[in-house]
Amino acid sequence: MSALLSALGAGFLFGIGLWVSGMSNPKKVLGFLDITGNWDASLMLVMAGAVAVTLVGFRFYRTKIPLPTLKDIDFPLVAGSAVFGIGWGIAGYCPGPAITSLSTLSAESIVFVVAMVAGGLLYRGKT
Amino acid sequence: MHDFTPVSALAGGALIGLASVWLLAANGRIAGVSGILHGIFSPPEAMTGPHGARWRAWFISGLLLAGLAWQAAGAPVPLREGFPLIWAAAAGLLVGFGTRMGGGCTSGHGVCGLGRMSARSLVAVIVFMAAGMISVFVVRHLLGVTS
Repeated sequence: MSALLSALGAGFLFGIGLWVSGMSNPKKVLGFLDITGNWDASLMLVMAGAVAVTLVGFRFYRTKIPLPTLKDIDFPLVAGSAVFGIGWGIAGYCPGPAITSLSTLSAESIVFVVAMVAGGLLYRGKT
Repeated sequence: MHDFTPVSALAGGALIGLASVWLLAANGRIAGVSGILHGIFSPPEAMTGPHGARWRAWFISGLLLAGLAWQAAGAPVPLREGFPLIWAAAAGLLVGFGTRMGGGCTSGHGVCGLGRMSARSLVAVIVFMAAGMISVFVVRHLLGVTS
């Protein structure tokens, strides 16, 4: 199978997982992050299910393929993750769900993704 | 607690994990959606490995196709009404900027980073989950934004 078709298939399976799990429903995501409201713990299980698979699956490939090696826990890691989390908590979209939600042509997903690309370019402009 | 859906959450999560293992095994790539998306907009000389930017576009296309297939199959699509677009724009900017600065998002640091037992990713996940919870509290409960 060509590498491009393989990437397409992986993206497709990833996207189906997002829909099945409820991650592409921003109200459900916010329900998970809203610990002082009616907390919905479901999304903790999405991460648990996914990491259970990668923990096992990655063992077979870890040594063969060069992976990111940055080990330092530095300011950009912590500050960037905090900025990301703030945005995630505002709209309920992280990058994957936002992109697959574009398929609904909802105004909020279109606006979010355009702004997300702009935000990435803005950061690159600063470095 | 309401709307708790443990079975679909675990099953969907497992599919996400499988897709990530697939991309690493077949393409030698980490399924970090923010990095893949932003890579499409990087200059060509910044692209490393076979297929440069193209495999990224194909992965993103797969994500979009999944949404179309989901709707074509008649599965439920939860649409939100009345979320202010100005907040969607602000949130998108923060997510785009923050994921580039932090080097990953829920998939790259979460699903893949934790799967690799990366200490960096564990710190990132704790920080963005905590920030997300504080953000929801402030925006939804203190500012009263409908979300």
